[in-house]
Amino acid sequence: MTAHDPSPHHLQLTRDGQLRHFLTLDGLDRDLLTDILDTADSFIEVGERTIKKVPLLRGRTVVNLFFESSTRTRSTFELAAKRLSADVLNLDISTSATSKGESLSDTLLNLEAMASDMFVVRHSQSGAPHFIAESVTPGVAIINAGDGRHAHPTQAMLDMLTIRQHKQRFDGLKVAIVGDVLHSRVARSQIRALNVLGAEEVRVIAPGTLLPKDVESLGCTVEYDMEKGMKDLDVVIMLRLQKERMEGALLPSEREFYRLYGLNREKLALAHPECIVMHPGPINRGVEIESAVADGPQSVILNQVTNGIAIRMAVMSMAMGGQVAERQQKAERAKA
Amino acid sequence: MSQTSNQSSPQLLITGGRLIDGEGREVENDALLIRDGRIAATGSQARSADVDDTINAEGWVIAPGFVDLCCNLREPGNGQKGNIASETRAAAHGGFTTVCASPETSPVNDSGAVTHLIRDVAASRSPIRVLPIGAITRGLEGDLLSDMAGLRNAGCVAVGNGSRGVRNARILRRCMAYAQTFGLTVMFSPENQALAADGYAHDGLVTSRLGLLGIPEVAETAAVMEMLLLAEETGVRLHLSQLSCARSVEMLAEAQQRGIKVTADVAMHHLVFTEDALAGFDSRFHVRPPLRSESDRRALVAGVRDGVIAAIVSQHQPHDTAAKQAPLAATEPGLSTIESVLSLGLELVERDELALTDLVRALTTGPASVIGRTAGLGEGDMADLCLFDPTATWTADDSTLVSAGRHAPVIGRELPGVVRLTLVEGQKAWDALQV
Repeated sequence: MTAHDPSPHHLQLTRDGQLRHFLTLDGLDRDLLTDILDTADSFIEVGERTIKKVPLLRGRTVVNLFFESSTRTRSTFELAAKRLSADVLNLDISTSATSKGESLSDTLLNLEAMASDMFVVRHSQSGAPHFIAESVTPGVAIINAGDGRHAHPTQAMLDMLTIRQHKQRFDGLKVAIVGDVLHSRVARSQIRALNVLGAEEVRVIAPGTLLPKDVESLGCTVEYDMEKGMKDLDVVIMLRLQKERMEGALLPSEREFYRLYGLNREKLALAHPECIVMHPGPINRGVEIESAVADGPQSVILNQVTNGIAIRMAVMSMAMGGQVAERQQKAERAKA
Repeated sequence: MSQTSNQSSPQLLITGGRLIDGEGREVENDALLIRDGRIAATGSQARSADVDDTINAEGWVIAPGFVDLCCNLREPGNGQKGNIASETRAAAHGGFTTVCASPETSPVNDSGAVTHLIRDVAASRSPIRVLPIGAITRGLEGDLLSDMAGLRNAGCVAVGNGSRGVRNARILRRCMAYAQTFGLTVMFSPENQALAADGYAHDGLVTSRLGLLGIPEVAETAAVMEMLLLAEETGVRLHLSQLSCARSVEMLAEAQQRGIKVTADVAMHHLVFTEDALAGFDSRFHVRPPLRSESDRRALVAGVRDGVIAAIVSQHQPHDTAAKQAPLAATEPGLSTIESVLSLGLELVERDELALTDLVRALTTGPASVIGRTAGLGEGDMADLCLFDPTATWTADDSTLVSAGRHAPVIGRELPGVVRLTLVEGQKAWDALQV
C-alpha cells in the first residue's frame, strides 16, 4: 500500500502528456522518448550552421544550478540554452549560499523570485530535482542534470541518440553496461531508456560489490564474466570508476579491475564486429578502457558529447513548451 | 497527569457498546460504573448507582486505554518539534492513556534529574500518564553505562538506547548484565551500525531503482541474533524495539520457545506501508528502521496476530516542517503517527489481516505487560479507557491533527475510527464532544 500515487510521471507531464519537467525516464513512454530523439535530430543541424541559434527560448531565463561540480554537463547545458537564445545564469552553489547555511528551499525560492523560467539541477542527493519540482518551485521547469545515484536522463537520451545514429534502430540490439552500476545514475537511466525503446537485451557486467540489490528488477541480465558478456554485443557502454571504491572495500585494486572489467582490444574482439564503444566520460584510461579502444574506430565517445547539446536543446525546449501550455490551460480554466 | 485520582472525581456510567478487554474477550456492555478512578462495578449493580454523568456508548468499542512503548515527546530540548503538552494531548486524541517517553531528548534522559523534569512537566501539563524510559548509556553515546539504579529510582520503567546503537558487543553485554542486576527491562532497536552505514531506505527494489542508499535486512537480523544470544547469556529481560524484517520475527519466535525472556514491538507504519511508499521520494516515509518489502510487512502482521510481537507502538516522531523539507537523504527520519495508529489498525482489521481483538491486545495488555503493568476492564481495574467509534470516519489534516508534527502517514484521505473519549483514571483526557 502506498500513501499516494508514487509515479513521478504525473509530476513531469502536463495533463495532456507534454513534458513540463524532465526528472527521470521512469513513467515516460516510447513515443515521448522517440519524440525527444527526433527533436534533437532537428537541432543537430543548428549546430552545423555559422549562426548557431534558434529563438525558441528567447527572453527566458535558465539557471544552471550545480550543487556538484561538472565541466562537460554544465558546458553543454549552457551552450544548449544559449543556442535556444535563453539568458543563462550559472551558479556554482556548492561554494555559495549553502555554505552560508541557507537551506536548499530558501536558495531556490530566491532564484524563483528573480523570475527564472527553468532550473537545470545537478545534486549529489537522489531525488533532489524531484523535491524541487514537487515542493519548492512547481512553476519553474526543472531539468535533472544528474541526481545522486538516481538518474541522469539527458545523458541517457544522448546515448540513445548516439546509438540510433549508428544502428538506426533499437529492436534486436544487445547492449552491455560495464562497471560501477551501483553508484551510477547514468546506468539506471540507460537501462530504463533501452527497455522502453525496445532493445532486445541489456546486460550489466560487474563484480557483485558494484551491483545494486535485485538489479535484474531494473530490466537487465547480470554477467560477472566480461569475456562471456561481450558475446554478440552491438553496443558496449563503459562506466567511470571512482578511485574511492578501493577504500570502501568494494574492489581490491585498479589493476585487478582493469584486468577483469577493463575494455581492451582483445575483449572488444569478442563482440559483434560492428559493436560501438561508448563512455559517459570523463574516461579513466587504463582503468576502465584501453586508450587504443577509446580512440579507436569503434569508439563513438566524442559523438556522444556533440549529441549532448542537441538532446539538451530538445529537452529544454519541450519542457518550456509544456510549462507555457500548462499556464495557458490554467488561465483558460480560470476564465471558464 | 494533571489530576490526581484521590480528588473527588465524578461518578461516570458508560452504557451500551462493546467491551474488548485486550485479553481476547469481546462482549456487549450493559453498564460500567467508574468511581474514584477505577472501574467500580458492572451490569445491574452499576446501573443502580447514583451518577454525575452517563455516557451512551452505543455502537462504540470500549477498550482499555492504549499504551505506547515508543513515543517522542521532544521535551526537554526540541520545542520547535513539539512538547510534552502538545504531544500528550495528541496521544489522548489517538486513544492513548499511557506513553513511554523516549530518552532521546536534549539533554538525554540519562540521569534522575532529567527523569524528574519530564515527570514534573507531565504532572502539570499532560492529560495522560507519561512513563520515562532511561538512557542505558551516558548521553546515548553507546560507550559508558548510565546511572541505571538512579534512573529506576527516579521513575524510569525501562532503560534503552533509543534509536541509537551501542559501540560494540562487549558494551552491549555489560549494559545487559548491569541492567539485569536491578531487574530493569532493556529496550534496543536492533541495528548493526557498520552494516547500516549511511543508508536511509530498505535495500531492495525501490532503493535500487531510485538510487537511494540502502540499509540491508542483515543490518537488523545480525543485531537481533547478537542481542538474543547476549540476553540468553546475561538473563536480562530484553525488549526489541521496532522490528522491520520477517526474519527477525522468526528468530524472535524461536528464542521465545527456547525460554529466553524477550519481547518485541513493531511500529504501526511497518504493518501498513512498504518500501513502495518511498517511490515518489516522499520524505515523510523516511523512517528508521526503513519500511521494507511486502513479505516483511505480512510477517510482521502475522507476528502481532500470533502474539510473538507483544506490542504495536506509534514510534511517534513529530518534526517541524523544515526537518522534512529537503531532498530525502537530508531529511530527518520519523512520522507523526500517534493520532492515526488506531485508524491504520482498523484498516488492517477491515482488510481481514488482523482481528479487532488482536489489535486491541497489541495496543493495551501487550505493551503494558512489557513494562510490568496491567490493563483491563474488570471491576477494580484502573479506569484508563479508550472509547472509539470504529465505523465513524475522520480525515487527518491541519484542522484535525493536534500534534505539532503535521507529517502524518495519511493526509487528506478518510480514515476509519474516531476516538470519542479517552479516560485516564476516570478523568476525561480527550472528549470528542468538547473539542
